[in-house]
Formats: sequence, structure tokens, C-alpha cells
Amino acid sequence: MSDYLVKMQGIDKSFPGVRALDEARFDLRTGEVHALVGENGAGKSTLMKILSGIYRMDAGQIILKDNEVEIPSPRAAQDLGISMIHQEINLMNHLTLAQNVYIGREPRGVVRFMLDENKLNAQTKELFASMRLNLDPRTKAADLTVAKQQMVEIAKALSFNSQVLIMDEPTAALTEAEIDELFRIIRELRNKGVGIVYISHRLEELKQISDRITVMRDGRTIDTVDAQTCSIDQIISMMVGRTIFEAAPEIPEKPSQDIALEVRNLNRGDVIRDVSFQLKKGEILGFAGLMGAGRTEVARAVFGADPVDSGEFFVNGELVQIKSPKDAVAHGIGYLSEDRKRYGLALGMDVEENIALAGFSKFLGRLGTVNQTAIRDTATHYVDTLQIKTPSVEQRVRNLSGGNQQKVVIGKWLTADTEILIFDEPTRGIDVGAKSEIYHLLNDLAQQGKSIIMISSELPEILRMSHRIVVMCEGRITGELSSADATQEEIMRYATQRRVLVSANGEPTNDQGIEQNGVG
Amino acid sequence: MATQTGETAATSKRSFLRADAAQKLLAFSALIIIFIFFSLASPFFRTPDNVSSILVATAVNGVLALGVTFVIITAGIDLSVGTVMTLSAVMTGVAVTNRGLPIPVGIIVGLLTGTTAGLISGLMIARMKIPPFIATLGMMMIARGLSLVISDVKPIYFNDTPVFREIMMGSVVGALIPGLSVPNAVFILFGAALVAAFILGKTVLGRYAVAIGSNEEATRLSGVNVANWLTAVYALGGAFSGLAGVMIASRLNSAQPALGIGYELEAIAAVVIGGTSLSGGEGTILGTVIGALIISTLTNGLRILSVPQEWQMVITGVIVVLAVYIDIIRRRGK
Ligand SMILES: Nc1ncnc2c1ncn2[C@@H]1O[C@H](COP(=O)(O)OP(=O)(O)OP(=O)(O)O)[C@@H](O)[C@H]1O
Ligand SMILES: [Mg+2]
Repeated sequence: MSDYLVKMQGIDKSFPGVRALDEARFDLRTGEVHALVGENGAGKSTLMKILSGIYRMDAGQIILKDNEVEIPSPRAAQDLGISMIHQEINLMNHLTLAQNVYIGREPRGVVRFMLDENKLNAQTKELFASMRLNLDPRTKAADLTVAKQQMVEIAKALSFNSQVLIMDEPTAALTEAEIDELFRIIRELRNKGVGIVYISHRLEELKQISDRITVMRDGRTIDTVDAQTCSIDQIISMMVGRTIFEAAPEIPEKPSQDIALEVRNLNRGDVIRDVSFQLKKGEILGFAGLMGAGRTEVARAVFGADPVDSGEFFVNGELVQIKSPKDAVAHGIGYLSEDRKRYGLALGMDVEENIALAGFSKFLGRLGTVNQTAIRDTATHYVDTLQIKTPSVEQRVRNLSGGNQQKVVIGKWLTADTEILIFDEPTRGIDVGAKSEIYHLLNDLAQQGKSIIMISSELPEILRMSHRIVVMCEGRITGELSSADATQEEIMRYATQRRVLVSANGEPTNDQGIEQNGVG
Repeated sequence: MATQTGETAATSKRSFLRADAAQKLLAFSALIIIFIFFSLASPFFRTPDNVSSILVATAVNGVLALGVTFVIITAGIDLSVGTVMTLSAVMTGVAVTNRGLPIPVGIIVGLLTGTTAGLISGLMIARMKIPPFIATLGMMMIARGLSLVISDVKPIYFNDTPVFREIMMGSVVGALIPGLSVPNAVFILFGAALVAAFILGKTVLGRYAVAIGSNEEATRLSGVNVANWLTAVYALGGAFSGLAGVMIASRLNSAQPALGIGYELEAIAAVVIGGTSLSGGEGTILGTVIGALIISTLTNGLRILSVPQEWQMVITGVIVVLAVYIDIIRRRGK
């Protein structure tokens, strides 16, 4: 028996209009972490979905421990010891965590079709404990933060005791502490002989965690290299097929002094506490903080997506009412949500319809007829400038790769002529090439006089892109820095400034915050 | 990750109250209020005879609604339950009256007819990927047509088998405990509800119904054979329609082939009033029973107060919309 656990060879896969995989190959050894990288739409997820029985390949061979196998369904993959954590969170919100983890494999009671709920919960509790995951198995999945949901997905995949574990961007939504914990689990599994496929756009992680790296481009496997000896630059140039050199940190030109948006005394329950800030014309204002600090909540409040308890909004110095996203759009505010699947896109509609959606009135003729040609032109324009990888503007957004979906959302708000754009984690799940495109885009927009709020959990990105940085913690603004003299350490200090420390007159106001870290 | 224990525990407790208990409490209080209102308005309303007739009237619609609950929990819909009920009644009539088969066989024929119709709807939805609304709309018309064809557009009476009527209107309890002559119909309803609650809460079928309604794609990716389970849910719904068919035939002592249209909407209304979400993933059997009780109490009370039938419809409509709206507000508050 060879030491290869899995060997995939000559894998072809086409979707209508797209050649997603073109003789791709991949192999996995026992007890290794094998990273799979490539630009958005390179075919990483597709290749792994074939291995986990979600897609059927058009041609090719999968060899599992010296035997050629067919994997016609997710169930078949599970039976062969292959499980996958998907790029998008796939939990059933109405079920409890335990019910989610063991769905399809519930412990049965005396009679075959009866469920044994107690055993189910006990089993899950044990599983969570082995991951040092402190969650109640009876919590409903809907009540968790995205990060915790991701951890539950990981727990679910682990519960199969698989020999092959595929992780498609598992860290995209995790906090630092959780990433550390995940890496600990991954190493433990590797030592037990599990083969792990690790897809990620965070190239810095690869050195830390992986043994080998396979690079894909345009559906083809470019090369497999040793993680320790290969430099990140080499990987990047293989990914994009050319050497791109990272532009040095570029702070855009100084904004004007006109205030585009001012928020005063915004409050919403526990999640937003007395938040006030100003956004100048042509400015990029970074919002830093740990996950769950309330940044997204502030963005959603400004966009009218959630009702607030109190607070005032001024657009160009005028007091305005923002009670719904419609009001926000009318005042020239656009919001690119962090969870594009849920809030940002009409997945069943095609690329051009999505791009036209927020600025739809632009495409209406005098009689209320839709000007289809104008829509097509605009959509084609953004597909080109944003380099959205799609066979045509008529492709359904659901069928685009994760990163390309994100670009469609950006195109949508650019079409709507918004003056104030809120980008919530705009580069999450986006490859290096597209990332620098998005950075350039943000700079261009700022230079054109648009005002931008950028929420990001990646500190280097925040430091590099913003004029000023606002730091949030536990729903309040704990610091404001000009990017010229901000450092990562300083931001982290504000980001962890719990309530005890900021209480005005020195009296501790509550005592529960201090040891919490990275809590959603 | 070493934190948040307390918070999670608290959240889950709150969510339990929020999702399950609160809705039932709300629906239940509504039922009580309606009951008190009519009791004050008319002394006749709360007589044992009238309460018993409310319960009997609830039975058929309630059993239909039980089946629909499962379907709606999967984020589907079944428009065919009313006419499938009728078809099952007709088939039972054919078996018992025309063919002279024993009553238990007739009951089984009715149940099988309903189950088969549900199974076919389920196959159309899960295998042929026809949207539930269309598939069951088709089944609704098919079942109605078949009822008329098979019965030759004439009612089939159970006059040769007087026992048949006793299934619903007799009182086993009354025979055992004189003075407490609660009709069997009531026990059939509550028995069926217990079975339904058991299936929903304790069996694989119920669990997968919720999972499919909550996130069908995720359920599929978890290795569950969604198509098969979805088919099973519609077949189960059909079985309840079959039972309702036997019940209504017994109650009317005849299979009325022209009956059936409209029952599906009343059943759906009961389910929705009971707090089951049309977008799938949540719903309770107790809620549905309370919903069915609310509708029949309302209908009965309004009739006693001599409100014209047209206005009864208007009021029921308003209640349905109101119930759903209250539910939406409640959810938004979270
Ligand atoms: N179901 C589908 N129907 C049509 N096209 C698809 C489908 N799934 C993927 N594609 C296309 O196949 C190509 C590869 O997509 P895939 O999701 O594998 O990319 P990826 O490497 O995972 O990218 P990302 O990093 O953005 O997640 C893309 O062009 C995508 O648009
Ligand atoms: Mg992908």
C-alpha cells in the first residue's frame, strides 16, 4: 500500500458555460495538512465537492487507498471516511447544535425510527469537550454568532472520525483565539494520521499549518510544493500566473473637511452603546475591533436595516430620518454586507439583475419600462472592471464562486451611485489578486469624493487603507486614531478595552467583562 | 473559547420560552378569550352539548391540519388535503357499501387512498421537482375529479352499516362511564394529535421534516436523502387526509363526492394560527390543535350569535391575518 490516502487524476468538470476543472489533479497523504490555494473561481471548491460526493465529475479517477472509487453522494463520501466543511455555513437554524451535528446519524431509541435525544446530547457534549468548545448542545443554531457556528460545523465534520477531512476556508469568520484552537485540533488530527485538505486565501496561515501546498489556476493544477521551502511570493505568482508585486502601503490623499455623514448618540440595546462618529467626504474610515464588537450592528443601523433605540443621522450636515434601507439608499448610503449570501445578493437572479438591483430606477424609462440594454452595458462594464469571473452576465449568482459573488455586490452598489459606502469585511474570502483590486477600487472611490466606511478584522488591511481608524469594543467606541500614528498593538489595546477600564469616574461599573476575549 | 458558557445557557433558555412556550401561550389565551367572550354573549354557548359539538366540528379539520403541519414545517404546502379527504371517503364508501366489505377493511382502504395520494404528490415534488403549490394543486383537482367519477356524482350512504356512524358519533366513554358521553370523534382527534406529536418530536421523520424546512441544502449536504424523506412527509400528510376522510364519512353517514374544496384552506389557517411558520423549520402539533379549536369555536360562536355566514368568513379571515401578524411582531422583538 502506498502512503497516498487519496489520489485524484485528470478530473474534468464543466458547468453550463464554464469549464470549472480541466484535468485537475490532487493527492493527499496520511497524516498531512495539504493546502489548496488559487484565485477566486480557480476550482478549489469544485474539486473538493467532487471528492465529497456533491458534484459528479465528467471524467477522471479518484483512488482511495489503492482502490478506484465512485462517490455518487455525500452519504457515499461519509461512508468512505471523507467529510467536508463547506465554505458557506450550512446549519439548520431551527435545530439544536446536537441535532445539527448528528443529523442523519441520530442515535436511535428502542424502536428503530425513534430518536434518543439524551444520548444525542451526551454524545455532542463529549465531542464539544474534546474540542474545548464551551457550548450547550441544546442551544438552537440560530442563537450562535457566525464564528461559533463555524466551530460547530468543524465539530460536525470531526464527529465523522473521517480519514479525509476537507476544510473550505474554515477560518474566514473565526477570531484569533478560535483560529489557534482550530490549528491545535488540526495538528492533533494530523498526528492521528488523518489527511486534511485546507483551502484558504489567508496565505500567511499556510506556513503555520500546512505541509504541502497545491496551487490551482483556471481549473488546472499548477504545482504541488513543499510548504516550508516555498515562499509566499512564489505561491502568489503561481496563483495569478504572473508576478504581481504588492504595492507598498498606500494611504490615499487627504480628504476634504466637509462632513458627509455624522452619527450622534446611536443606541441599540446592548449591542450599540452611545456611538457617535463623523465621516468626511473622500475619506476612508476604518472600523476595527474584535468580532462581535458591534461594528456590523452600527453599519446595519446606519443603513436602516435594524431599528434603533435612539440616535441621529446627519447627511451633508442635514438631519435625516433613516428608518429603512430604502431611506438609506435615498440618502446615498450603500451597505455591502459581511454575509452576502443572506443579505447582499438575490442568489437565484443573474449577475446583471443583481448589479442593477439597488440602482434600478436608473434603468427605468419614462413609462416605467426597463431598459434592458442599459442594464446589460452597466453590468458588462462592472464585470470587466471588477474582473468578475463569470461566463456571462446572465449567469445566476448562485453559481459563481464565493469571491466573485462578493465582487457582484460591490458592482451593485457602485451602480446605485451611492456617495457613502459601507464595506463590511469586503475582502473576506477574496484572493490576493482580487484583494489588491478591491483596495485600488476603494482608493479610486475615495479620490472621486465618495466617503467610505470599511469594517475589517484584518488589522494590516485597516492600517493600510484608512485615513482614520475607529476602534470598537462591546458596542461602544473605545478609540479613534489617525492612521499615520496607529499601530496594530494600539488598535488591539482599544479593541480589548472592556467596560471596567473605560468607566468614567474610575469606579468599576461591572466586573464580568475583563477576562472575556473574542466573544461573539 | 473558554468563555460564554453563562451567556449561551441563558440564550438557549430564553429562546426556548420565546419559540415554543410563548406561541402556545398566546394561541391558548386567544382561545380562552374567545371562549369567555361567547360564553358571556350567549348562555347556550357553554352548554355541554354545544361544547361537544364544537369538538366534533374540530375533529375533521383538526386531523387535516395535523397532516398539513408536517408539510408546512418542510416549507411546503398541500392544497389537496380537502379533496383527497373526499376521495378517501368515497373509496371507503365503495368498499363498505358497494362491495360489502367489513368496516375495518373500509377504514384501511380510506387510509391507503389518502396515503397513496400524498405519496404521489410527494414524488412529484421531491423527484420531479414540481413546486409543492403546483403539484398539490394538480392533486387537488385530480382527487376531486376521481371522487366524482368513482361515485358517479352521487353520495354513497352507509345505511346498511349503522355501526359505521358510531365511529365518530358514538361514545365508547359514555358506554363505560354513564353520564360522560363524549363522542369518539374527540378521542380520535386527540389520539391522532398524540401520534402526530410523537412523530414530530421523537422520530427521525419529524426531525428531518424540521431540518428540510430549516435548510434543505444543508440537510442534503449532511448526507440525508432529502427526496425520500420529503416524499414520506407528503405521504404522512396524505394518511391524515385519509383518516379525515373516514371521519367525515362516518360523521355524515355518507361519502359526499362534491365536498372538499375549502377544507384545505381552513386546515392551513389552523396550522398558521397555531404558530407554524410558512417559511418552514418550526411548528408544533399542540399549536395546530389550538389553531383548529380557535377556528371551530369562532365559527360555532358566531353562528350562535346569528352572525350571517358571509360575515363569519370575513371575521375568520381577519383572525388568521391578525394571528400571523402578532407572531411576526413577537419574532421581531427578539
Ligand atoms: N453549480 C455551479 N454552476 C455553474 N458554475 C459553477 C457552479 N459551481 C461553480 N461554478 C463555476 O466554476 C468555477 C470554479 O468555482 P469554485 O467555486 O470551485 O471556485 P473556488 O476556487 O472555490 O473560488 P473561491 O475562492 O472564490 O471560493 C467558477 O467559475 C464558478 O463560477
Ligand atoms: Mg470556493
